[in-house]
Amino acid sequence: MAISLDEVRRIARLAHLEFGPEEQERFTRQLSAILDHVRSLERLDTQDVEPTAHAGTGAALREDRPVPPLDEEAALGNAPESERGLFKVPRVLG
Amino acid sequence: MSGSGAAGADDLTRLGAAAIRARIAAGEITASAVVEACLQRIAEVDEAIGAFVTVDGDGARAAAAAIDADRRAGRPLGPLAGVPVALKDILATAHLPTRCGSRVLEPFVPPFDATLVARLRRAGAIVVGKTNMDEFAMGSSTENSAYQLTRNPWDTARVPGGSSGGSAAAVAADEVPIALGTDTGGSIRQPAALCGVVGLKPTYGRVSRYGLVAFASSLDQAGPFGNAVADVAAVLQAIAGHDPLDSTSAPQPVPDYGAAIARGAGGLRLGVPREYFPGGLDGEVAASVRSAIDVARRLGATVEEVSLPHTEYAIPTYYILATAEASSNLARYDGVRYGRRAAGAVDLASLYVRSRSEGFGPEVKRRIMLGTYVLSSGYYDAYYLKGQKVRTLIRRDFDAAFAQVDLLVTPTSPTTAFRIGEKVDDPLAMYLSDIFTVTLNLAGLPGLSLPCGTSRAGLPIGLQIIGRPFAEDAVLRLAAALEAEIGFAPRRPRLPGRTAAAPAAGH
Repeated sequence: MAISLDEVRRIARLAHLEFGPEEQERFTRQLSAILDHVRSLERLDTQDVEPTAHAGTGAALREDRPVPPLDEEAALGNAPESERGLFKVPRVLG
Repeated sequence: MSGSGAAGADDLTRLGAAAIRARIAAGEITASAVVEACLQRIAEVDEAIGAFVTVDGDGARAAAAAIDADRRAGRPLGPLAGVPVALKDILATAHLPTRCGSRVLEPFVPPFDATLVARLRRAGAIVVGKTNMDEFAMGSSTENSAYQLTRNPWDTARVPGGSSGGSAAAVAADEVPIALGTDTGGSIRQPAALCGVVGLKPTYGRVSRYGLVAFASSLDQAGPFGNAVADVAAVLQAIAGHDPLDSTSAPQPVPDYGAAIARGAGGLRLGVPREYFPGGLDGEVAASVRSAIDVARRLGATVEEVSLPHTEYAIPTYYILATAEASSNLARYDGVRYGRRAAGAVDLASLYVRSRSEGFGPEVKRRIMLGTYVLSSGYYDAYYLKGQKVRTLIRRDFDAAFAQVDLLVTPTSPTTAFRIGEKVDDPLAMYLSDIFTVTLNLAGLPGLSLPCGTSRAGLPIGLQIIGRPFAEDAVLRLAAALEAEIGFAPRRPRLPGRTAAAPAAGH
């Protein structure tokens, strides 16, 4: 296996996801198969190759001009819960 | 319904974008009649196809009435006036749900239009609805939608391809003449091939990504589907060009695509990359694409074999880079500002975990996990940095090929449409559906899928035309020349609701 069950649990925590035991095992199996395939890249010598982050022609920056933002009603329109113009969440510290 | 009424409505659903606009401008038909025909067709066939997740009849009727009022008042009409369009449900639409095939965005109604949606509306196009897709555009069959299956109009036991399967199927089933999709690894071109329609992925940066819900920001690009190359060219004309709201949108001027497609194939230098015709390639796909290449030669193009030696590394490179970007982009779905919030979470940490775990489907979770892994401490250099370096090698392959030739011609998909359920439990097999398309996203190149024939089983086959960056005009030029010779468009899938027999292949 290219990835262990423990690693899958660790990655799930980093990704803010939780899985039942069966799902954890299925993901371990599937991610291992994909990583095995990905390892074919090891055959290539890329010592002196520059990385490509994107294929764009370079950022075209615009002038930094103030424009009216979304109004409060629109900004909060999709909020699952809001109060007094703020997004409401359960307590942050346990 | 009455026979004559059905025939009349049928006629309008078979018109292309240019004909609709011209006949509305001439006063022969109204935009309202076109929209009614389109809504009627959707009502007749979409239960069997499942292309649409939202149909906005009221909005479409109001937009059509406004076009008709403009015409009566003698006001100028836009270049797509009265043309019904469907939008993949990943493109933000003001006041219309945009759910990306995901429960995580149930509910979500954007407060703004994507730039390309605003440009389509300004050109007079009429948004009739939103189309089904693989969740967050992750998939090659549209089976990863959290909402519904979409079926291939040519054989409803088969997938339409994906991830823009709803858009491709809607055009193939004559529900709309134009649909918009997005393409991160082949998600416009592969469903276009499987559904027998024309699909164009423009150069990275050619069309604004503002309001395109991000999957992999360095690879995502939106583009049109249509039944004719000229229609796809007209839509690109309307949506292409720099957008100050997208810093990756390109400042290059937009050429006249309509003029380009009239030039014919004579003098074009075509390359056929040998790596795109591997031993395992479906024989009917290979034969159909090779026969189209012969047509191009007859039309005055020159053809030579070229090599793109790093092709076999494209899928592993893609699945590192795309998942890494996805894991980062999808971190925003946390149940706080929009979308799904899990009930009963006692603190913020459990709110995040539960909202995400309940909201995302299996393929999205798989890719977030893979992306998080390749970016995690200790693995970054081995996977992510390695992937970025191989991306450079893949780009260089194309640079070298384009020093020799103007365009490349390949199959779009290694197979015709596969059966629903066939690959859904084998992620790697599904990923290999994109083997001929992901390379263009990695290199940022434009590509178009053109229907070039059907298999003995009656399923469409697509060929892919690849151009240099911003050479959509050359891509469209070859596509239009081949389209005229191949004459695929009169072949239509047989569908419930279409009472007259579909014209036989070859008519």
